[in-house]
Amino acid sequence: MPSRTAGRAAGRAAGRRTGLGWLWLPLGLCALFLYLPILVLVAMSFNGGGSAYRWDGFSFRWYAELARDSDLIEAVVTSLGIATGATAIATVLGTLLAVGLARHTRSKMLEAAAMAPAILPDLVLAIGLLAFFYMAGIPKSALTILLAHAAFGTAFVVAVVRARLAGSDAALEEASRDLGAGGFSTFVLVTLPSIAPAVVAGALLVFTLSLDEFVIAYFTAGPTTETLPITVYAMVRTGVTPEINALATVLVLISVTVVVVAARAVRRTEKS
Amino acid sequence: MTQSTTPGVLLEVREASRSFGHVRALDSVSLTIAENEFFALLGPSGCGKTTLLRSIAGFEHPDSGAILLGGRDLLALPPNKRPVNLMFQSYALFPHLSVASNVAYGLKREKLPKAEVTQRVAEVLDTVGLQTMADRRPAQLSGGQRQRVALARAIVKRPRLLLLDEPLSALDRKVRAEMQLELKRLQHEVGITFVVVTHDQEEAMSMADRIAVLAEGRVQQVASPLELYRHPANLFVADFIGTSNLLAGPSDRERLMVRPEDARLVTPGEGTLSGTVLDTQFQGGTSTVAVEVSTLAKPFLVCEPGATAAVRGTEVGLVWDHSVVVGEGLA
Repeated sequence: MPSRTAGRAAGRAAGRRTGLGWLWLPLGLCALFLYLPILVLVAMSFNGGGSAYRWDGFSFRWYAELARDSDLIEAVVTSLGIATGATAIATVLGTLLAVGLARHTRSKMLEAAAMAPAILPDLVLAIGLLAFFYMAGIPKSALTILLAHAAFGTAFVVAVVRARLAGSDAALEEASRDLGAGGFSTFVLVTLPSIAPAVVAGALLVFTLSLDEFVIAYFTAGPTTETLPITVYAMVRTGVTPEINALATVLVLISVTVVVVAARAVRRTEKS
Repeated sequence: MTQSTTPGVLLEVREASRSFGHVRALDSVSLTIAENEFFALLGPSGCGKTTLLRSIAGFEHPDSGAILLGGRDLLALPPNKRPVNLMFQSYALFPHLSVASNVAYGLKREKLPKAEVTQRVAEVLDTVGLQTMADRRPAQLSGGQRQRVALARAIVKRPRLLLLDEPLSALDRKVRAEMQLELKRLQHEVGITFVVVTHDQEEAMSMADRIAVLAEGRVQQVASPLELYRHPANLFVADFIGTSNLLAGPSDRERLMVRPEDARLVTPGEGTLSGTVLDTQFQGGTSTVAVEVSTLAKPFLVCEPGATAAVRGTEVGLVWDHSVVVGEGLA
């Protein structure tokens, strides 16, 4: 893309003229501060030796090790299942709740109540859910984690979608009604397309939050259910090997891919 | 279902009232609008015109009173079941749909056959001169084009009544003048009753057959533009429509109104009033002369054809051929 590179060069030239070019230094340092840990993590995943801290030459050994570790793979599958289910529930409930809050009530109390689980400390939510499941007589399992994650995930979806609705024109929905559409058609044909980017963003947020959530999962897990964070926590207690790094690198790769694909999808819907 | 008794009446508003807290947005408003009329609801912001418009469309519900369309009770119907369409001030075009899909939206809700939808969309786009823009998105259009799409989307439904909320306010001056003529032409062409809400008296005067002037939730006067201009019902209407010189009237609660074009400059001492020329403005076809009169708070304005001979600072006399007595109080 020649125009983009030209733009960048022009930007640098402008930076020199305005005397703000030195700002590249703090920017670089900040980027280093943010990404150095991830770079170290990725680099150490290719360590040939058994230590997570000392470099012993390049090797794919720990990736092979990872592929053979059935406990870890099982934990990944469990976590992905929980994250998928929690995302589905939270996205649907959170979107409907956000639309209701934005269009059918002026209550600030209800709004605060809907978003509270996102702000509450995880520990509070975890203890509360533990007590709730116990009193309701629901045995702890992967399903209880899924429900717990859906609960706090809903709050995040509400927060993201509500913000989008605040900036969108309520006249669009009135126009749809005026042109003969009922409430449901209006929601599907007009409201949903206009908030789609926020719904996608909210869903992604819930998915990633659920995937690496530890405290609530630890409290609400059944005796035999192990999510990825719980398994990794147990592994780290018996000593860190570069296998963890290999696992983390794979997760980073998946996250980056998902975020890039979603960002592109959102940009496409926004353009149109 | 009440039957309307007057033939030719399309819309009848009977003593509609609506309050928001302490504010009376509509205070016992009664109006009738005839078939094929170009009607304007005119007033300053907060006068209740928008509340009335939204009540007819179905997005507000009066606390009391009735709104009948062709004798049928409108208030019993939700907005999507009313044979009335609204062109929104913001146009409210669906950003994710093309021009053609925006226009087809309302027809598809009526479950019309595909061929008929396509044909009617093509026809209406032709009427508003946008046939080449059918595949564009609203974001790719100019303000004037967007307004035409909003208009096409509403008239394609063939409503009995089209409501237009401040239809020209988002356009720049030149396009606005063009669209005024265009709206009149379209109303004539499609044969739909238009009700325009506006705060711009020039806009209402140049387009409407009849105008209802509203203030503080009440109808001040309903009349033709000429009638409003020549015989305003009260001081509010006189002041809101056009420019006027207001002088002391026959009683405490009345004033004498003189339009600038009804007044002339004469030699000092010969006029009804006299004063000093404060300023002259040349507008091309006419000139406006502002005369400072010691007994008046505001300068007396005189509109003269062509260029004026008046010189700033000189003494002049003032006479007029026509004046109207107007009451001070609001209706």
